[in-house]
Amino acid sequence: MSDFAIDILLILVKLGLIFAVLLTGAAYLVLAERRVLGRIQRRYGPNRVGPFGMMQPLADAVKLLTKEDFIPAQADKPIFFVAPGLAAVTALLAFAVVPFSPPITLFGREVPMVVCDLNIGVLYFLGLSSLAVYGIALGGWASNSKYALLGGIRGLAQLISYELAMGLSLVPVVLMAGSFSLTDIVLAQNPVPFALLNPVAFLVFLISTAAESKRIPFDIPEAENELVAGFHTEYSGMRFGLFFVGEYINMMILGSMITVFFLGGWIGPVLPPIVWFFAKVMAVAFVFIWMRGTLPRLRYDQLMHFGWKFLIPVSLINVIVTGALLLWLKG
Amino acid sequence: MAEGIDVYKRRYGQNPKSLWRDLKGTVEPFYVTLRNMFKKPVTYQYPEEKRTPYPRYRARIVLTRDPEGGERCVACYLCSAACPVDCISMQSSEDENGRRYAAWFRINFSRCIYCGLCAEACPTLAIQMTPFYEFSGRDPLKMVYEKEDLLIADGGKDNEYNFYKHAGIGVANPRGGNEDEYGPVDVRSNLP
Repeated sequence: MSDFAIDILLILVKLGLIFAVLLTGAAYLVLAERRVLGRIQRRYGPNRVGPFGMMQPLADAVKLLTKEDFIPAQADKPIFFVAPGLAAVTALLAFAVVPFSPPITLFGREVPMVVCDLNIGVLYFLGLSSLAVYGIALGGWASNSKYALLGGIRGLAQLISYELAMGLSLVPVVLMAGSFSLTDIVLAQNPVPFALLNPVAFLVFLISTAAESKRIPFDIPEAENELVAGFHTEYSGMRFGLFFVGEYINMMILGSMITVFFLGGWIGPVLPPIVWFFAKVMAVAFVFIWMRGTLPRLRYDQLMHFGWKFLIPVSLINVIVTGALLLWLKG
Repeated sequence: MAEGIDVYKRRYGQNPKSLWRDLKGTVEPFYVTLRNMFKKPVTYQYPEEKRTPYPRYRARIVLTRDPEGGERCVACYLCSAACPVDCISMQSSEDENGRRYAAWFRINFSRCIYCGLCAEACPTLAIQMTPFYEFSGRDPLKMVYEKEDLLIADGGKDNEYNFYKHAGIGVANPRGGNEDEYGPVDVRSNLP
């Protein structure tokens, strides 16, 4: 077999693995979230299906697949059909650039543990997270429902506002690492992760990713008590399921991004790199769940205030200060 | 938005501590939720773990018996009259010594709202609420309980009480012959 064919095969195997791990991971993240939220509220959460409720994601999938696939009258059908897929696909695609382990040697070949080590990985991630807004906006638009439309509009406004802060908080990371490639960014954090070197950028990125994933306290696009379910009000069955899974895949992606950009990726003592990577992603996911169980939803104006008047100036100043410091250190 | 800032200033003043207060209000809840995460949940895991209801809990209705084992019900219709959803029906009858009883007595539990008004209305303590709450079914017709389904071999909440030992028309004792009763008064002797 030629080298090219082996490369293609390896990429396909990696894609399949990542796809499987991400989807099961997202399904079990739903379960983990429900269990943890339950414990926070001094309940058990789902513990009936299988031991510790481990079969609950399966039961949920069966339920969603067998439900009626309802399309509202006057809905813009093609867009209505495409929107949930967009939400899930943009989330999935972002994982292509995430390095979850250093390259390993397999049958005398060096196999990089990343689907595609783009030299502009950061930009690719930012671009995809901008595209993610289409799922929400189109879903809200195509549903022909005032709640869905309002949710879509809010989603657009929120994602655009927080994208700026997110992008700006990554500038110091790129400055410090001197590269746009995620692998190089991880390698640049070998002794000290960037979360310690630049805690301001870390916090700004954490908050903006929470806002990007549209979760409490930033869930105004789906604010239940104002907008029924926001942009996915009119969705049912597996289409709703896709939105739902997309949200949790997104959570895992953003968790891995936080891990890669600030927590030192796979780097850690004793345990194998891949374990460290997953442990860090799960820790970030736990923080997201914990945050959901703790904070109330922001009001729309508070959200905009916080994004435009606090996060963006702070991250701008941070960019300037980091840049100046790096210049000064270089001498 | 300037208005909102004015309201904020009026409420919290120009106090530099207000930022500290906001930060504290954001961080402290995380500790509260973390603490609660490690406490035992208050849930009763129902089918395995059952709550014991209080004795006066209102669930399935029964017809009780007096200490001698006779039916307490005198078919006075007060329970069916009190019932707000009309789920109790019966037919009264009399035996040879004049004691009233229900020829048939029926409660439609698919209608019953377990309000307990029937038990309150009952003059003879015959109809009583029990704390047996695991009481449901898929077929409404199977929830219609007849007298023989309702009768239990017990006095329920008061095993001593026997209506005819205190009042009534001389079934247990001759008329007015009970311990806490006066005999019948000759109304003519009461006239002024």
